[in-house]
Amino acid sequence: MGWFKRLKDGIQTATRNKKEAPEGLWYMCSNCKETSTMKELKENFYKCPHCNYHVRIGSYDYFDLIFDGNYEELYEELVSRDFMNFTDLKPYTERLEEAWKKTGLGDAISVAKGKVNRRPLVIAAMDFKFIGGSMGSVVGEKIARAIDHCLENRIPLMVISKSGGARMMESAFSLMQMAKTSAKLTQLARAGIPYFSFLTDPTTGGVTASFAMLGDINFAEPGCLIGFAGPRVIKETIKRDLPEGFQTAEFLLEHGFLDFIVDRKDLKETVSDLLYFFDSN
Amino acid sequence: MVFLDFEQPLESLYEQLEKIQQVGEEGDVDVSEMVRELDNKIRNKRKEIYSNLTGWQKVQLSRHPERPYTLYYISQMCRKFTELHGDRCLRDDKAIVGGLGSLDGQTVMIIGHQKGVNTKMRQYRNFGMANPEGYRKALRLMKMAERFGFPVVTLIDTPGASPGLEAEEHGQAEAIARNLFEMAQLRVPIVCVVIGEGASGGAIGIGLGDRVYMLEYTWYSVISPESCSSILWRSWDFKEQAAEALKLTADHMFEFGLIDGIIREPVGGAHSAPEEMAKLLKRQIKKAISEVQDMTPDERIEARINKYASMGVFDVRPSEVEGKE
Ligand SMILES: [Zn+2]
Repeated sequence: MGWFKRLKDGIQTATRNKKEAPEGLWYMCSNCKETSTMKELKENFYKCPHCNYHVRIGSYDYFDLIFDGNYEELYEELVSRDFMNFTDLKPYTERLEEAWKKTGLGDAISVAKGKVNRRPLVIAAMDFKFIGGSMGSVVGEKIARAIDHCLENRIPLMVISKSGGARMMESAFSLMQMAKTSAKLTQLARAGIPYFSFLTDPTTGGVTASFAMLGDINFAEPGCLIGFAGPRVIKETIKRDLPEGFQTAEFLLEHGFLDFIVDRKDLKETVSDLLYFFDSN
Repeated sequence: MVFLDFEQPLESLYEQLEKIQQVGEEGDVDVSEMVRELDNKIRNKRKEIYSNLTGWQKVQLSRHPERPYTLYYISQMCRKFTELHGDRCLRDDKAIVGGLGSLDGQTVMIIGHQKGVNTKMRQYRNFGMANPEGYRKALRLMKMAERFGFPVVTLIDTPGASPGLEAEEHGQAEAIARNLFEMAQLRVPIVCVVIGEGASGGAIGIGLGDRVYMLEYTWYSVISPESCSSILWRSWDFKEQAAEALKLTADHMFEFGLIDGIIREPVGGAHSAPEEMAKLLKRQIKKAISEVQDMTPDERIEARINKYASMGVFDVRPSEVEGKE
């Protein structure tokens, strides 16, 4: 095998590993417990063919769903570092090593530039399987650089959020990423470049309380969890069960914090329409 | 007086002092020499204790029940102050207060978390945990300050934004995010000081500014040591370790370049000499305003955004192919 072939295979393997979508022959829905074949699931945009439950997928799955074929990944070289020597039950370094190995991802967010029905778009998409999609310095920096890229090239930005919140192992640095990303987004707003915030399951904590809620358009996948405090924390605070449907996308739409909810099968068309509207002048 | 666990040696010295003073009052024995000696002992002991505080002990100090809160500092710093209430939408949040004040003739908009001074008031103030209405009131006041060119001063002291059904229904996350967004572009100077607890989104929701300071015995972190312990250690018993691991003290934050300075507290903490603390706080706030006041609004905003954009530490890996596999 020539080096080029090996290289190409290597990249393909890496990309396949990076995806979060389930693998195997059969899929049992965690919502309705019905079984379908993986082929059916995949052809149905990784939604349960029986109950339309949106199975959790990763950044590269979204890139494939939204972009017209090819896309160029940006800022892949940025990776986290345990600069605080943070150790709980495990050193942060070890958690990072494990996450890199297990996911093949550089961090909890990937940025790519591509086209959607021939219109350019930059997407920054988060991965829950990388330390719970937590936001540390790398997530903040990649979003900041994506914004700079959009400013320089006048390209709209879409961020796909999927996060348990801030990365505790980077302490106040992760907190400051809320300020950093929000402050950078004001530059896009001032330049008149649209920012689409797409919230997926789950979006909580510091991510919700910064860039995820700041879209010119905020939209979400059906049924996904969106909140500031996690449901467990709220339950412990109020000492009773949470109401049915609390903190779902539908709940947020009803309370005025989302523009709309979109089924995954219509995602590309929706993004394409948004790009069309904002592109007309 | 309330003594924290690490202040126990002080407590017994104070008890001795009290007894001797009582003896002095009752009889004709001259106790002045003994009193002087004990006073000295207390002063030295306090210095010794306070020169060696752990992260967790500073967290305890930041929560000291006698610690001064926002409204106290305002009353000391401003000859005139008019509190302004309400978010003009839903209600008046009691955990964040704000209003127009005068700092030696300079009108400023002062906004801060407010904790209660007794059991009843602590409940009334929701323990300093603001709801979205509090953040929206803060934003309303900041936008007013912007219209009239008043510098904004925020005093941060919260165990976190309120976690509850209503807070979620009313958009706690949106309220905090909106404040960060608007504060980044506010055309007047913003000076922020952590005067007690700086917990997470609830703190930074009024904490983005041109200059950010911390009082010496305060903390600033993405999560409280207790919650961090419960999540990462899966038990509430590791708060001391969590406090160390989080590196949440003013010294750490300054070393990391995440704040612009530390305001030293009197030995014994802000509560041991609140008037002196208020003077030190006021001096630093005035100095900070004067440092940024002469910039144009555009220059100031650019510097502000650049400051936050530079926060973060990471590695740059050569390339995917040569990399980890
Ligand atoms: Zn199903």
